[in-house]
Amino acid sequence: MLQPEMELTVDELKHLVSNRAIEGDTMVLNMGPQHPSTHGVLRLLLELDGEKIITCIPDIGYLHSGIEKNMEAKSFEKVLVMTDRMDYLNNLGNNLAYCLAIEKLVDLDVPPRAQVIRVLLTELQRITSHLVFLGTHALDLAAMSVFLYCFREREIILDIFEMCSGQRMMTSYFRPGGLWRDVPEGFEEVVQNFLDIFPARIQQYEDLLSNNPLYLDRTKGIGVIPTDMALSWGATGPPLRASGIAYDVRKAQPYSGYEQYEFDIPTGENGDVYDRYIVRMEEMRQSVRIVQQALDNIPEGPFRSDNRKFVPPPRSELAHSMEAVIHHFKLWTEGFTAPKGEVYVPVESPKGLLGCYLVSDGGSNPYRVHFRTPSFANMQILPKISIGCLVADLVAIISSLDPVLGDVDR
Amino acid sequence: MGVEEKLGNLGIITTTLEAAVNWSRTRAMWPLLSGLACCAIEMMATQASDYDLSRFGMELMRPSPRQSDLLIIAGRVTRKMAPVLRRLYDQMPDPKWVLAMGDCCSCGGVFNNYAIIPGVDEVMPVDVYVAGCPPRPEGLIHGIVTLHEKVKGEKINTYS
Amino acid sequence: MDDVKAIADLVKKEFGEKILSIDEFRGEFNLSVDADSISQVCQFLRDNPDTKFNFLAALTAVDFWPEEPRFRVVYELYSQENMLNLGLRVLVPGEDPNIPSIESVYPNANWHEREVYDMFGITFEGHSDLRRILMPHDWEGHPLRKDYPLGYEEVQFSFNFDEIDQRKRYARE
Repeated sequence: MLQPEMELTVDELKHLVSNRAIEGDTMVLNMGPQHPSTHGVLRLLLELDGEKIITCIPDIGYLHSGIEKNMEAKSFEKVLVMTDRMDYLNNLGNNLAYCLAIEKLVDLDVPPRAQVIRVLLTELQRITSHLVFLGTHALDLAAMSVFLYCFREREIILDIFEMCSGQRMMTSYFRPGGLWRDVPEGFEEVVQNFLDIFPARIQQYEDLLSNNPLYLDRTKGIGVIPTDMALSWGATGPPLRASGIAYDVRKAQPYSGYEQYEFDIPTGENGDVYDRYIVRMEEMRQSVRIVQQALDNIPEGPFRSDNRKFVPPPRSELAHSMEAVIHHFKLWTEGFTAPKGEVYVPVESPKGLLGCYLVSDGGSNPYRVHFRTPSFANMQILPKISIGCLVADLVAIISSLDPVLGDVDR
Repeated sequence: MGVEEKLGNLGIITTTLEAAVNWSRTRAMWPLLSGLACCAIEMMATQASDYDLSRFGMELMRPSPRQSDLLIIAGRVTRKMAPVLRRLYDQMPDPKWVLAMGDCCSCGGVFNNYAIIPGVDEVMPVDVYVAGCPPRPEGLIHGIVTLHEKVKGEKINTYS
Repeated sequence: MDDVKAIADLVKKEFGEKILSIDEFRGEFNLSVDADSISQVCQFLRDNPDTKFNFLAALTAVDFWPEEPRFRVVYELYSQENMLNLGLRVLVPGEDPNIPSIESVYPNANWHEREVYDMFGITFEGHSDLRRILMPHDWEGHPLRKDYPLGYEEVQFSFNFDEIDQRKRYARE
């Protein structure tokens, strides 16, 4: 029978579960919001026949923080701080999407040095995101050691971010028009050191999992997303590519100079949990390739645009230029204004297609910001693919979709 | 080092029961495995290799509130999540402690809007607040050590 | 067809006055579509071999309160084959906002439309399961509307610490 304390009333649920649940023939189980393997505060209502899932009803919104509403009350520059907190495993990627949208809206050019560093750091961020995926995914399937190894490498990358921006996670390092400041001395060396050790570490993870019979039993043929279903249900990123469609925004609609880099788009064949894992492992290798190419070709030059209407003047100029003081004062009091219009910018986040839709009414605050977040769209496919599988497999499927609840609920 | 040093040749030590109980409570404090948002990732980093929370007897994160002593609120608390958290808190057996990790659950942080509760202390009493957005793992460890100091000063009849 | 302008003209030719206007801004093309025919336009864009917009990338809305028509529902379509983006816009009046659902064309519109309903109160006719998705099911109001307050709370500083402290509802055991 349905429990009375289930927060959705029975009437509301009636059309979602089968008649057998109303009669008490099957069991309705509440999973989450506090559950170790829902990756945050996802809540699922499961209708079970024995151990088999008949219906799965996701209930999201437990982390809805009103980010889009809060953004409308902030100036263009300040909004950047909120983007960090959306997908908190891909902070720099969110910053990038927002900065590209602003730059498109006000028609601002970014110097080549900033573009290369942006690519370099977002690719490192992609590696951290996939490392967290791998760690938690393995942890859900009871392989604790992989988690410890993944976080060991993640700390190295976070140290690089901290070196650049002073923060481990909430970096806000990309600003409209370029970067907050130039990369520090010794940056190239640290990144190179990381690139030297990392490919061997990926091999280490693969040795632990890829041929492990326990792992294979729990991932092969589980949670298959058929190719046609993947697209029509809006899946992007690794779940889509694991189903065999090589759609990657970095190739399809290159931004920030991605067309200059050589890399492949890994795809899977079966679209199951194992393929999604393989695709992400391969993506990490491709990211290493991109980072290496970017690191070898960081051009000299300014790290942010010198358009003073949108980008603050350097500190040294303030001492002797009245004009610089005026620009500085104007930017840090009311901010810049953007022309009336609307833009939509897609970028590839580690989880899929991240779109930033920005509307300006001509003022200094955005009129509306909407983020089309990949986790939200990928979560939608969960009820479709979890039907008929076991509860233990559901855990593997959730973690293979790699949802970040801050990204789902915003 | 530790007890062995104090034992000497006699094999006994003298202390108050209160000190012994409080000391043992600090050495095996099991946190509830519940992460909310960004801070949960830093909490995981604190658990993992570099920072190793097991040094404080905390390597076991219990997924069930009935087996845990410490509730680390890691992340922002929304109006939809607050009743759930309160329920988790009520389900924990005494003695129990709450650590608010990060700005969002201490005071609302950057989120000053309709969806976020400005401070989890509106839902449950909090023992230690840790500042930062998110706090570094060292920050969380400092918060935990501060909590240990607090626990060492507690009276034994508080929970009787 | 790899030119989004040509596609926009094609749609204009097919649907005539149902396409209210074609706007261009920074190289992006947006079609303003009559609310009643949004489903047919999406169907055409998806199935026509020249357009093949097989992916609904984003669906959201903007509130222009107190102007009329108040809402603008935004669809961002993507064509895998042509690698093109096209925006569709539908204007919705503030009084009883209601437009047809495009769930039958793009199944993934399901959650996006629920989100728009939750945040703006726009109802979608023909939607299979129109419930709140992000806010609690008994929440009143639609937060992203412009006439909905932000819910800002005064920040506690040293000069007004006591005053706010007295008002704050601290929880007890």
